[in-house]
Amino acid sequence: MTVIAPARMQDIADRHAGLIKSPFRHRFRVVLLAAGVLLYVVYCWWFFAIGQVLGSANWGIAGTYLADWVSYEVRPSVRIAPDGAMELSYPRSSPLGPDASPDWVDVERAMMMRVKPVAQAVAVPAPAQPSAASSFMAPGAATGGAEPVVSGQTEVRTEEEVVTHARIRIGSAGVIDVWPERVMVEHGGERLAVRLDQEKGVLVEGALPGWAAQKAPGEKITFSFGFSGRGDIDTDGVTVRRRFFGWANFLFDINSPFHGRPMGEVASLVLSGERIDPARSNLSLAWDNILYNAEWQHLDVWTKLLQTIVMAFVGTLFAMLAAFPLSFLAARNITRNWLSNQLSKRLFDFLRSVDMLIWALFFTRAFGPGPLAGISAIFFTDTGTLGKLYSEALENIDDKQREGVKSVGAAPAAVQRYGVLPQVLPVFASQALYFWESNTRSATIIGAVGAGGIGLKLWEAMRTNSDWENVAYMVLLILVVVFIFDGLSNRLRSRLMGRPAR
Amino acid sequence: MATSLFQHGFSEKGALIERHWQELNARRRLYSWLGFAVLALALSGSLWFANETNAGKFFDRLPHVFDFVGDLAPRDGMEVIRALFDLASPYDDGSFKYNYPEGRLYLTDSLYVPEYFHKMLETLNIALFSTIIGGALGFVLCFLAARNTMSNRLMRGFSCRVMEILRAFPEVVLAGFFLAILSLGPLPAVIAVSIHTVGALGKLFFEVVENADMKAEEGLRAVGANWTERVWFGFVPQVLPNFVSYFLLRLEINVRASTIIGAVGGGGIGELLRLSIGQRHEAKTLAIVLLLLATIIAVDQFSAWLRRRLVGDQAFRLAQ
Repeated sequence: MTVIAPARMQDIADRHAGLIKSPFRHRFRVVLLAAGVLLYVVYCWWFFAIGQVLGSANWGIAGTYLADWVSYEVRPSVRIAPDGAMELSYPRSSPLGPDASPDWVDVERAMMMRVKPVAQAVAVPAPAQPSAASSFMAPGAATGGAEPVVSGQTEVRTEEEVVTHARIRIGSAGVIDVWPERVMVEHGGERLAVRLDQEKGVLVEGALPGWAAQKAPGEKITFSFGFSGRGDIDTDGVTVRRRFFGWANFLFDINSPFHGRPMGEVASLVLSGERIDPARSNLSLAWDNILYNAEWQHLDVWTKLLQTIVMAFVGTLFAMLAAFPLSFLAARNITRNWLSNQLSKRLFDFLRSVDMLIWALFFTRAFGPGPLAGISAIFFTDTGTLGKLYSEALENIDDKQREGVKSVGAAPAAVQRYGVLPQVLPVFASQALYFWESNTRSATIIGAVGAGGIGLKLWEAMRTNSDWENVAYMVLLILVVVFIFDGLSNRLRSRLMGRPAR
Repeated sequence: MATSLFQHGFSEKGALIERHWQELNARRRLYSWLGFAVLALALSGSLWFANETNAGKFFDRLPHVFDFVGDLAPRDGMEVIRALFDLASPYDDGSFKYNYPEGRLYLTDSLYVPEYFHKMLETLNIALFSTIIGGALGFVLCFLAARNTMSNRLMRGFSCRVMEILRAFPEVVLAGFFLAILSLGPLPAVIAVSIHTVGALGKLFFEVVENADMKAEEGLRAVGANWTERVWFGFVPQVLPNFVSYFLLRLEINVRASTIIGAVGGGGIGELLRLSIGQRHEAKTLAIVLLLLATIIAVDQFSAWLRRRLVGDQAFRLAQ
């Protein structure tokens, strides 16, 4: 083993001072950097109030929103009138339509004599009222089918068909039975029995299972079966939300004659069925119904998606066409003129540094919302970026080719065409393709400020917080488009640059 | 001229080669022209479509573009300075247009940070913080996705797909979703930009790792180092300069991205810019544009300087 004498060691240390005793900031560079980053993270934690925001966030609703991406709810509700008459109904926007009778809801009906207080205006119609106004309502619609039996001036007795018992099954997860004064919920072998009292409120008989909750005795009870369903029980009724996997009414909305039919029946109707609308064939009717589906708005979504694609394509192409001649002016070795170099380079810097957002907002004001604003924004930003990259590529070319062409006496234009262009053209095209692909992504986001394309539609769908399935649909379309363009541009670029595709 | 000179001197074989070459050339030219025709067709179709579906038509609106530029001129030049530094305006009539002193952030009784500087700082913080988070996660993910560090095919495929999806997922949707859960504020923007950065930086990092020199790793493997040690001592030192360079490049992009996300509801300077352009507050708009321009140029210059110091001119080649 080699032993170094202290004197020699001192000698080495003197000659290479930086090696043995490196400066403090060199030795602890990593530690200092890590400490700095940590401090910055702590500062951001305070600056953005992250702990507070995360603590007050509504995480329960996040699960519902996420579930909405891939599923839908049907909400039957049983309303209980004070006299014990029940009525089953669905919201107007229900995916099954307002008058659905799904096989997981059973009702028993019976005739019942009801006493209703009568509003004066109905019992004694004002003589001045025009008859046209009252004809909006079909005669007898307000009182059901039976003849009203008027007793005195203040109440009407009618015999009506009402629901006496409703049973709602949530798949295999649970059963909900509703009687006028009693509700039974069964889930996971446990049973929740509830008595509805008009004065004392909602009263639990026995213990409350873990899947149900009540804030105070007498108040409304909420229960949840996890993903498959939930609901609440109150004195005036029971509302159930059953969740189904999938996208409801994706092809035909509830107003379409094809709604609710199985695929095979729709196919046979379209191919050989009798005309539903005598004016046109079933195929064109079905296609029209799909395009103008009120919930999914397929035609509008596709148009907006096409706008996004067009914005990226036209914007990048025009930027390439504009940056091409300008980059020759900007390259020091091509145009030997300081002023033109500086002018065009500063122009590129300006175009690039004014953000795409600013250009997008500016042109949205100028051209009105739509793809023209998006095209202009992408064009202005990318002329700057591409021009900068192109002029750098031009400054790095090999001079031998140019000299060769020049030495045989070619004209200046021919020198550029045969001496410069063959070297840079693949690089130019490759860079333009790269930006085309990345602009397809950025076109989505500038659309959200009004510059056309699918961005705004996405933003509007998200703002209501109830159309997450439409958001999922659009995101899926965007992902497909981005992946296709990604692959396409990658393959074209690797062919241009002569590399194997990765 | 040049071809006629040589044409007489060809032997039979030479003439054949010449003819084949001419045919090949003609075919190539045909393909080029076909390509151009398709491109021209696509372009004109696209332009027609864009013009049809736009709210205003191009040629109708073109003269008004310059009206709008005229609208942007403030009442006097000093107004821009006043808006930028939150100084009281002599035109103050109580409307939002001239209420510059409002929105000052007082540090002490008399010392304040002007509103736009404060918001700009917020945007910069969103960008930097989310680049750090995205960079840290991308750093972990890239070693799980690279062929030379991860032998498990399943794990590799999984990490690659995760990065691809994170990269392609629209940022607007992420921002909107977290806006719905976390309510208004800059945090949704931070999350959206971070998630996108994980994918984007992860991909760049992963390509650097795949092209790394394996000698150091082999040496470590020979002395029995485990996976973490091999990655930490064999790969990290040689890829770190490139990683930092990409990190800085991404920081530049994220400053712009967080401005845009701000404009769609993520807070920061972007939101103020959208509002002031929409309400025709010309002095405020110009002040914000000036501030943004200066910030973006400063960030770009700083990052370029640092990158040049770290990896030299190599950092300025196009990221393929």
